[in-house]
Amino acid sequence: MATTSLRREIEVVSPTRQRVMGIVFLALAAGIWLLFSRGTQGGLTTTFDLVPGGVESNVPDWRLPTLATLNTLAVFSAFAGGAQLVRGFGRRTNLVLALVSGFFIFGFLTWAAAGRSLNLAGLLNTSLSKAVPITLGALSGVLCERAGVVNIAIEGMMLAAAMVASLVGSISGSLWVGLLAGVLTGALLGLVHAVLSIKYLTDQIISGTVINIFAGGITAFISAKFLQPNQFLNDPGIFKPFEIPLLSKIPVVGPILFDNNLFVYAMFLFLILLNVALFSTRWGLRMRSVGEHPKAADTLGINVFRTRYMAVLLGGMMAGFAGAYFTIGSVGRFDEFMTAGRGFIGLAAMIFGNWTPFGSFGAGLLFGFADSLAGKVAILGVQIPSEFLLMAPYIATMVVLAGVVGRGQMPAADGQPYVKE
Amino acid sequence: MTDEPSPKKKDAGKVLLEELNGGSTSHQPLSRRLRQTLLVPVLAVISGLILGAILIAVTSESVYSVWSVSPWEAVKAGWNEVRIAYGALFAGSIGDPARIIAALRGGDSLEIRRAFNPILESLTASTPFIFASLAVALGFRSGVFNIGAEGQLFVGAIFSAFVGYAITGLPAIIHIPLALLAGALGGAIWGFIPGWLKAKTGGHEVINTIMMNYVAFRLSDWLLSGPMQRPESFNPVSPTIQPSAMLPRFFQSPIRFHLGFFIALAVAWLVYWLLFRTRWGFDLRSVGLNPRASRYAGMSIVTVTVMAMSLSGALAGLAGTNEVLGLNHNLAMAFSSGYGFDSIALALLGKNHPLGVVLASLLFGTLRTGATRMQVVAQIPIDIITVLQAFILIFIAAPAIIRTIYRLRAPEVEEEGVTIRGWGGG
Repeated sequence: MATTSLRREIEVVSPTRQRVMGIVFLALAAGIWLLFSRGTQGGLTTTFDLVPGGVESNVPDWRLPTLATLNTLAVFSAFAGGAQLVRGFGRRTNLVLALVSGFFIFGFLTWAAAGRSLNLAGLLNTSLSKAVPITLGALSGVLCERAGVVNIAIEGMMLAAAMVASLVGSISGSLWVGLLAGVLTGALLGLVHAVLSIKYLTDQIISGTVINIFAGGITAFISAKFLQPNQFLNDPGIFKPFEIPLLSKIPVVGPILFDNNLFVYAMFLFLILLNVALFSTRWGLRMRSVGEHPKAADTLGINVFRTRYMAVLLGGMMAGFAGAYFTIGSVGRFDEFMTAGRGFIGLAAMIFGNWTPFGSFGAGLLFGFADSLAGKVAILGVQIPSEFLLMAPYIATMVVLAGVVGRGQMPAADGQPYVKE
Repeated sequence: MTDEPSPKKKDAGKVLLEELNGGSTSHQPLSRRLRQTLLVPVLAVISGLILGAILIAVTSESVYSVWSVSPWEAVKAGWNEVRIAYGALFAGSIGDPARIIAALRGGDSLEIRRAFNPILESLTASTPFIFASLAVALGFRSGVFNIGAEGQLFVGAIFSAFVGYAITGLPAIIHIPLALLAGALGGAIWGFIPGWLKAKTGGHEVINTIMMNYVAFRLSDWLLSGPMQRPESFNPVSPTIQPSAMLPRFFQSPIRFHLGFFIALAVAWLVYWLLFRTRWGFDLRSVGLNPRASRYAGMSIVTVTVMAMSLSGALAGLAGTNEVLGLNHNLAMAFSSGYGFDSIALALLGKNHPLGVVLASLLFGTLRTGATRMQVVAQIPIDIITVLQAFILIFIAAPAIIRTIYRLRAPEVEEEGVTIRGWGGG
């Protein structure tokens, strides 16, 4: 819509939002102080290990005085809150929000590991690998929804692709063939979604639900009938991590970012490609116009149906790629319902990331972090049940959707079938 | 549909509703209306079963082993495989007629119970489906897509299990209704939140209910491994509920048929009465059909949406409650085999009408029960029922496919579709 950019301008500088965000920052500052600082004895140090396990490096550990660090974080956050209330950060509000949230999380880690040592690099590394399927799933959602087709079938597409990738990979003996089969599976389900929702004008939610139900059923069926009795059909192996020369030697960042497997690098590649394609090419402009105002796009000679078919097919392929990660990218075997709702978290990441590729990645990383942290709380001995950390992504998404911290800008024609007159 | 206008209430709103419906169909003869209503669902079920048969034949090893002999042999082998499988499906869900007759002749009471067990087990298995798909159907009728029945079902189960085991010393006549109410309340809370968020902030209920599902799963994970865990157990399972909270069973073992089935039927009737016979149900349906027009007619969209989601959640909560109080007598992790998700298909198959929903639920309860036997006899994984369900749902959701296959004419009256109105609102 023509008013979209205008609305965005207004929203950023709206006084209510400025005040709400200021209060949010102050609340986070108070949280750091009340929850973490006050319960910490002076004189403790927190040690962060900056090298992931299994990597040789002479980067020293990072030692921080716990209480001083926490107080510094609280003061900075409080300062950000005060500045927001008095002057406002205007367009940079979201950046500051990310920063203050980062302070809060860092404060949490500092507090949780007080007097102990925490492998920060390892934690970040796990977060990154957990973020991969979530981000790729979110990219699938971005592709479909930017063209105006809601895709809640990401979960089902991923699940089916995970199984096919494992099965075909095992039979053919080639991981690449397995990967290709997974991507094609995603494309096939994408085609079903497209035909149902574009040609037959089925409600897109129902069409997506059908695919989810179908994928759940057929994968469980084939798994019980073939994969479980014949383990050799479910043993494809995995894509091994490989270092990128030179870059992997950068201290701290190198081992975290540049010593991963194909899927991680591909995720970064897709992120950049999709971002450029969506926002800097004619192709992307056309696709977004179909998602915002199909009738206007049609009037200007853009083929709405073809654009949507293409978007959903590409989205399906992306979800297929994401699904392949589960089997040939991480554990090397298929288990029933192994995606365990990651497709829906991907959907949440897409909304959280405001329907943009990099936003989705940021959200994916955050959700991946919550997930990997949940695995660590038991070790750290923190009195927070790990289940609550696992709930955080879902609750955060609901908060974002409710517009408490600024409403996302979804494509205007998202979910609406287009009927040519 | 069964939407006869009552003579008393022919007000402006009623006229409006008929307009929205695209003209009433009540002037057509009953048989014709019935045919039109039933045709697509029945054909969808038949087509689904045929596709299921093809899946059984295609994935059967015996077919491939004789493929080299001749394709005709393979077709015969496939047919044989399907016959055995569907035979087991029938015997496992309705019962083996020969065995029933023999048992009745023999007069041995245990044998009679065993012979009648399949059909009663089917009714028992249908019960949670009835509750959960009523929940989804009520949501659809009022214009909300409750994809969160699964989560509401979990919360309902948590609440009722807690009331079931924590409160002691009550007579059954008080304890059972109390536990049922608690379950409905739990589900209602879980439905209220997304309903309120939709009405007040425009946050779309599909996303919010999906998110609430996972919050509910994690919540039950936590409760069952902590506060609600059975004291002497290491497994994630709650204590057994008090005998006074258990829904009574009508027969001796092995028949598990319990009161829940009749409660479900009563609730289905209640939902019917509420939707089609009360002013409130009328508001609800007209908001579902056209919220804008309803607002102009003076209805409160906020109230209707919040109430509809809460009520829908309460119904879903009863599905979980039914399993806890009637069958399992405790709360365990993953006690639900996806009733909440299946119910979306069933609500649509039943055209969101309580009667249709009950019939669809009976069908699927029967199929699921039979599939257990099919798994044993014909080595066909029970998950084939889920695949069947997906096929049927496709045909229901896109009736044009069915019409193309069976070369039917398009109906004169536009069928009611189910659509959502965008994502985040605005």
